[in-house]
Amino acid sequence: MFSKRKVSAICLAVSLAMFAAGCKKKVPPPPPPPPPAAAPAPAPPPPASAPRVSQFSAEPTSIQRGQSSTLRWEVSGDVSSVSINQGVGTVQNTGSRSVSPSDSTTYVLSVTGPGGTTTASATVSVSSPPPPPPPPPPAAPKVTFEQRMASDVQDAYFDYDKSDIRGDAQSALTQDATSLKSILADFPSSTIVIEGHCDERGSAEYNLGLGDRRATSARDFLVQLGVPADRLKTISYGKERPQCTESDESCWQKNRRVHLSPGQ
Amino acid sequence: MKKLLWLIVASIGALLMLAAQDFTGVIPKGQNLPKIAIPDFRGAGDAQKFMAAFNQTLSADVESSGQLKLISKSMMPAFTPQQPSDFVQPPPPQPDNPRRRGGQAISVPQNGGGHWLSDWAGPPASTNYLAFGYTAVQNGVFVLRGWLFDVSKSDASTAQMFGKTYLGTVDEAGARKTAHEFATDIIALFGGKSMFGTHIYYVHQDSARSPKEIWRMDPDGGNPQQLTKFGGLTHEPAVSPDGTKIAFTSNRGFKWDIFVFSVDPVKDLRFYNPNTRMNAQPSFTPDGKQIVFMSTEGTDRCCRIFVANLDGSGVRPLTTSVFIDAEPKVNPKTGADVVFSSGRSGPEQIYKMNMDGGDVERLSDGTGEASNPSWHPNGQKIAFSWTRGFAAGKFNIFIMDVSSRSYLQLTHDEGKNENPSWALDGIHLAFMSNRSGTEQIWSMLADGSQPQQITKRGLNSTPVWGM
Repeated sequence: MFSKRKVSAICLAVSLAMFAAGCKKKVPPPPPPPPPAAAPAPAPPPPASAPRVSQFSAEPTSIQRGQSSTLRWEVSGDVSSVSINQGVGTVQNTGSRSVSPSDSTTYVLSVTGPGGTTTASATVSVSSPPPPPPPPPPAAPKVTFEQRMASDVQDAYFDYDKSDIRGDAQSALTQDATSLKSILADFPSSTIVIEGHCDERGSAEYNLGLGDRRATSARDFLVQLGVPADRLKTISYGKERPQCTESDESCWQKNRRVHLSPGQ
Repeated sequence: MKKLLWLIVASIGALLMLAAQDFTGVIPKGQNLPKIAIPDFRGAGDAQKFMAAFNQTLSADVESSGQLKLISKSMMPAFTPQQPSDFVQPPPPQPDNPRRRGGQAISVPQNGGGHWLSDWAGPPASTNYLAFGYTAVQNGVFVLRGWLFDVSKSDASTAQMFGKTYLGTVDEAGARKTAHEFATDIIALFGGKSMFGTHIYYVHQDSARSPKEIWRMDPDGGNPQQLTKFGGLTHEPAVSPDGTKIAFTSNRGFKWDIFVFSVDPVKDLRFYNPNTRMNAQPSFTPDGKQIVFMSTEGTDRCCRIFVANLDGSGVRPLTTSVFIDAEPKVNPKTGADVVFSSGRSGPEQIYKMNMDGGDVERLSDGTGEASNPSWHPNGQKIAFSWTRGFAAGKFNIFIMDVSSRSYLQLTHDEGKNENPSWALDGIHLAFMSNRSGTEQIWSMLADGSQPQQITKRGLNSTPVWGM
């Protein structure tokens, strides 16, 4: 972190500081004297006072057309008349008034007295209301991601101890690719899990590897057909999750498959 | 015709004898085992209610040792001695002309009904040895007094080989413990090694669809203990040579990862997996400092064999295959070679290579499918499962001498038989079989004799016999 030179500089500084502290200890100097008290300034003569506006505000300052805003005011001093333009007219020295302008409007408060006239302004901005909500879509049934996966996607099957994509699996996966692209577009945050499965005959250990190879073969095939690779995950279940448990070829064939399932 | 038949029988016999030579010391002594009688022991008072468990444990331990042959209880004399003083000397031999007194013949007993040593040595019992004794509860302790007699001797004092006292807690576990210890002492006299104190690690499932978890139990199925609670698929257990750690595989999310746990207490020791979707089938090196496993690391294809330290550091591949390489097991004696299963030549077969990945050779002959290699503790033999001679998926247990490649088939199509694992005594194997209808763990001797079902509840597989 620190170079040697830096470390020795720090050491030097620390020892100097300690040395300095040691010196100071001897004779503390007397504190400086307090500053002299300032003499109060003489009061100036009162000026001829004009009326003052202590408050003039609109609340809220932004409304939608049809809504209202409240003007509040308070004036003081020598006042002879108070008025607000935009059709409000003469008002009391203190008060409030609800206004509903149809467009953005600046209100000006004028206060007149012997000392002159003072004005203040407050603006109410008016916006158009949002468009009405669109009518509900025609009553199409809402299909979930899981339902689409179950209805539009099919399994692909494999030969014994093989992980290459045979003819019938190619056509199944080609159709799956079309479906998957559409499903993934309709459900933009979804992912697909490609599960690799095996029949009961090989060892459980070897089948865990074989299932993985089936899943990656299917994944590579789908990616070639344009299914986005970052939306696909693979997992091997080996022979842990069979579709059926009979010991005959028709059941074994059902279990030698990749199954596409909803990821999340 | 008859001649031809004899020729065939003779040549098969010769082949078997040749093969058997390669398995000297591994397969048991065969039919000429010394015979032992173990009559049921009785317990005094409160001890009696544990005696069924005690007697079952004692007989099972001695019988499964492969060192002694148990004689049937129905052949034993009516009287069962409980201590050495129960034996009496038979009367001296009668003179040729029996004396007569008052015209009445003195009936001379032909046997002692169990009180004479010769009652046990002679027919129908015809045993060489007799184990006997009794149990009692004394001061809150279960006490076993056990003796072993050589019944060929003439009197009790010379017949006694040993007599010892064993202590246990006053419950079934305590009774079983004393039985295991007594059996250990008996077996040891005949060159055997008791498996009491070692453990079988395995995968347990309540039913076909429930989670798989790692458990362990005593070699006779006692004291089953659940070690993991992941709730998913947790399997492929391995145990470190000193028995303090286990490694296994579990699926998390959409990945298969390896875990290394201590056993007592059960604790995750944190194996940091390579960042890939599958790391599986771990096993320990003989020094217990590394594990070998299969992984998709680096190639995105399943799988090559890797070695890594116990925390996952120092990962490096051992194989370069583009096929499936699985189930690596390092030679427990040398640490220098690895057996594994691979699909590199078609259906899975057993291979061997050096620890640096060189000198790969196939051990199984290429027929059928071969998997689940497991080293004998001496590092010269393996056990594995093979479909040789049967349809695909019909695995049987075989053992093979690695240097000569000669092999013996131990199971013969009694259901499916897989995942053999040698016990540390080198003459027992644990394996999984579905011959009882469901997948259960069984043990047998290394010649295939004395198959015994160890588990009965739920589904149990992949036994690994360790400390």
